[in-house]
Amino acid sequence: MPLSSKTTGEIQVVTVEAGRIDAAMAIQFKDDMRAITDSEAARVILDLTAVEFIDSSGLGAIVASMKQLGGGRKLDLAGLQPVVEKVFRLTRMDTVFNLYPNLDEALTPSVE
Amino acid sequence: MTVTRENGRLELIFPAIDSEASKAIASLHDGFVRLGLPEDRLSDVKIALAEAINNVVEHAYSGLPPGKVQIVADLDKDHLEVRITDAGNPLPGLRVPDGIPASVDTDLGDLPEGGFGWFLIRRLSDRVQYHRLQGRNLLKLEFRFCAPASESQ
Repeated sequence: MPLSSKTTGEIQVVTVEAGRIDAAMAIQFKDDMRAITDSEAARVILDLTAVEFIDSSGLGAIVASMKQLGGGRKLDLAGLQPVVEKVFRLTRMDTVFNLYPNLDEALTPSVE
Repeated sequence: MTVTRENGRLELIFPAIDSEASKAIASLHDGFVRLGLPEDRLSDVKIALAEAINNVVEHAYSGLPPGKVQIVADLDKDHLEVRITDAGNPLPGLRVPDGIPASVDTDLGDLPEGGFGWFLIRRLSDRVQYHRLQGRNLLKLEFRFCAPASESQ
């Protein structure tokens, strides 16, 4: 599963460099996420801009990736394409993750 | 994988393994675009079919040597009918599961990592029928797209 990673201070950005996360790659994705997020970053942003399709197995793998971060570390999602966003919305997983339209917005400090 | 396409019909046969299912779904997507399936229904059809095909690969042929999956899709002016056939185990109780999704209003550790397949199939299609015939499963999914499309909540 092609993933790349860049850590700046407390924030690690993991970029998925594949067009889909589906049943054929869900387990590999979860394992690769475990390895790549084995860092100290307090916040992990998963950049899904390249992902045009996801199924419920891929969704489950992203949920599993957040669980395995552990220790109160957050997994935020950026760049959801329409089909991906739809799967998150229908399953109500959009209420579980912080979703950002793109990576820039995810990196912009929020004004609360 | 064998793909044929004529007169609004798309046919596909492939071995029931994950990697082939992945290719089949991509191929169906291209086929539906060429057949002229309206764009606003394309993602619904793709998501539902991916879930239905994954079910065949992961459940119907569970414990069996992987067999074949056959897909026949017929596009009409206001609906698409897709028939998915396999020679695997029948659906439990010989019926389409209710597809009630697990709640996400829970602690992180209890969040569901699966169990959304039938929910998505039911939610995104307009009709789901299942038949067990001569040792084979037939799942029929119908997607209507007469305006307004059933995209809205």
